[in-house]
Amino acid sequence: MKAMYKNMLGGRSGLAGLLVLAAIIFLVLPLSLDLFRLNLVGKYLTYAFIAVSLVLLWGYGGILSLGQGIFFGLGGYCMAMFLKLEASDPISTKIQTTPGIPDFMDWNQLTKLPWFWEPFHSLTFTIMAILLVPTLFAFGIGYAMFKRRVGGVYFAIITQAIALILTILIVGQQGYIGGVNGITDLKTLLGWDIRADSAKYILYFVNGALLITVILISRVILSSKFGMLMLAMRDKEERVRFSGYDVADFKIFMFCLAAMISAIGGAMFTLQVGFMSPTFVGIVPSIEMVIFAAVGGRMSLIGAVYGALLVNYGKTAFSESYPELWLFLMGGLFIAVVMFFPDGIAGIYDKYGKKLFTGRSRSGPAMSSRTMPNAQPVPVRDAASPP
Amino acid sequence: MSSYSASDLWSIVLMQGFSGLSLFSVLLLMALGLAIIFGQMGVINMAHGEFMAIGAYTTVMLSKIAVEHGFGSFYFLPAILASFGAAFLAGYLVELGLIRYLYKRPLDTLLATWGLSLIMQQAFRSTFGAKEVSAELPEWLMGSFKPIQTVDIPINGVFVMGLTAVVCLGVFVFLFRSRWGLRARATSQNRVMAGAVGINTKKADRVTFALGCGIAGLAGAAFTTIASTGPTTGSLYIVDSFMVVVFGGAASLIGTVMSAFGIAQAQSILQFFMTSSMGKVATLLVIVAILMLRPEGLFAAKVRR
Repeated sequence: MKAMYKNMLGGRSGLAGLLVLAAIIFLVLPLSLDLFRLNLVGKYLTYAFIAVSLVLLWGYGGILSLGQGIFFGLGGYCMAMFLKLEASDPISTKIQTTPGIPDFMDWNQLTKLPWFWEPFHSLTFTIMAILLVPTLFAFGIGYAMFKRRVGGVYFAIITQAIALILTILIVGQQGYIGGVNGITDLKTLLGWDIRADSAKYILYFVNGALLITVILISRVILSSKFGMLMLAMRDKEERVRFSGYDVADFKIFMFCLAAMISAIGGAMFTLQVGFMSPTFVGIVPSIEMVIFAAVGGRMSLIGAVYGALLVNYGKTAFSESYPELWLFLMGGLFIAVVMFFPDGIAGIYDKYGKKLFTGRSRSGPAMSSRTMPNAQPVPVRDAASPP
Repeated sequence: MSSYSASDLWSIVLMQGFSGLSLFSVLLLMALGLAIIFGQMGVINMAHGEFMAIGAYTTVMLSKIAVEHGFGSFYFLPAILASFGAAFLAGYLVELGLIRYLYKRPLDTLLATWGLSLIMQQAFRSTFGAKEVSAELPEWLMGSFKPIQTVDIPINGVFVMGLTAVVCLGVFVFLFRSRWGLRARATSQNRVMAGAVGINTKKADRVTFALGCGIAGLAGAAFTTIASTGPTTGSLYIVDSFMVVVFGGAASLIGTVMSAFGIAQAQSILQFFMTSSMGKVATLLVIVAILMLRPEGLFAAKVRR
């Protein structure tokens, strides 16, 4: 019990942070916002899944993936395919040339459901697919790259290229997967109307609960020996390898885990927003997702959630009133976070905020040690890096 | 494919091959700058495409001015130099204000330069408008010549290729045959040692980075002869150019040339036989697959580890 308190909840300060977050998600926001705004927050919270996955992968693992949009998208698309099939039953699509297939297929002169759509009639299969398809995909990429000791910058560039490939593929295959419009017009989940007000509330709370669960599981992983090894690998990969650990296996596991977390976010996104499109898969969204984690604090699971909320709130607020300023602000945010606040909000809180609440700055457990200016991984000369 | 006769097919291959050569030239000019910045210095410059756009916009502006004052046919060569100069200056300032603090943090450089590229894109949009603009081409760059009846070779394409060849040669001489290049290479290989033997490493960094940006500006000037320029033009090419550099082997100049050639040719020929998007997907997939098998790229520098 005591070990669980310490590892899962992170001791007293960790528990306090988690309770504050839970109170904000479950009490403050639902009570103070109307349903439209709350639905927006729900959307932001699905991005928080990615931010959390990037904290694991980038903050602790030192692996910057510029392709988290891939997994978010895969999860989202799996969910969307199930919902779309349910929405296009023969009765409601009887005006089509071929009733019973999704409308965009009919527009593109398809007369039969493609084979890879067939299993998505089953919800069990869909849930399995949401969890496993992105994970297996990540395993394939990770196995090919990490086993050959490709890391750092090269990994970032290749994941980015894969995000590009996937976007072009989805946009190009209008008939099979909905093209640039994405999969839209999703209505019900097993007959339950996901567009109704009550459904929106329920989905919001399910989303919040899932997010908290993901954070708890991540905490357990990070405070285990495995988490220690990740940190060690980030700082001195060679030394960990020489100590007899297979560095690649740990990295592959972390990458798969991050993919799965992102995919859960993607599926929740589809459920709450009611559509999925390639604009959430490509290069630009994937990099924006990194900034959520960076603003919140790349070493803080809870900070990442605040980062996702704040950046997206800023985006919505600014693009409503000053669309031109937003890109300047976003760009400035990237630069400022990197140059001046490498630990994001969580770093600022640790430095100044804690004193306000406790009167003295407590030294946290070793796991929460922030990025030191010099603690960045020294570029290790792996197989692919320039000499 | 059976609907084409043998001679038709040959002309198609020739013409697609030539359009591949134009793509090759622009890709190579972009990638040359990156090969210096990323291959030699190890800095990930995600704003590289925007430096290209600086060059393109400079050329477009100068062409507008030149046409107004009636010397429209002579401006192009000075415009190329001006594009280089503008992008060089911008690169110099960016290194001074941003990059030099981040040499030890490659992944953070990636994020910071991405932010920079967002800012630059919005700056282009606010200054020049969201619409694409194109330069007034001088007459000697227009038209095409026909070596045989069915083949049409545009002159601007030939010009861009010539420019690319000159720039390529220039980069080679600069990097491997000049004192500047020696200092730049020494600095990127071993900063401390280079400093110890009296090289001003900070200056070497700055000039090398600015030079890479300047070459991106040249790419922009060349780009205006074959397409129009918009605020997001640069970002369309950024992933491709990174793939060129990584695929060729980061530290190898000849590798960059070969991989730009291979990628451009594959893409333009595949795009004729498949749809445009599938051609691109196929090309990128092959590159990623090869990179997974051979992460050091095609022409890896042989180094003892």
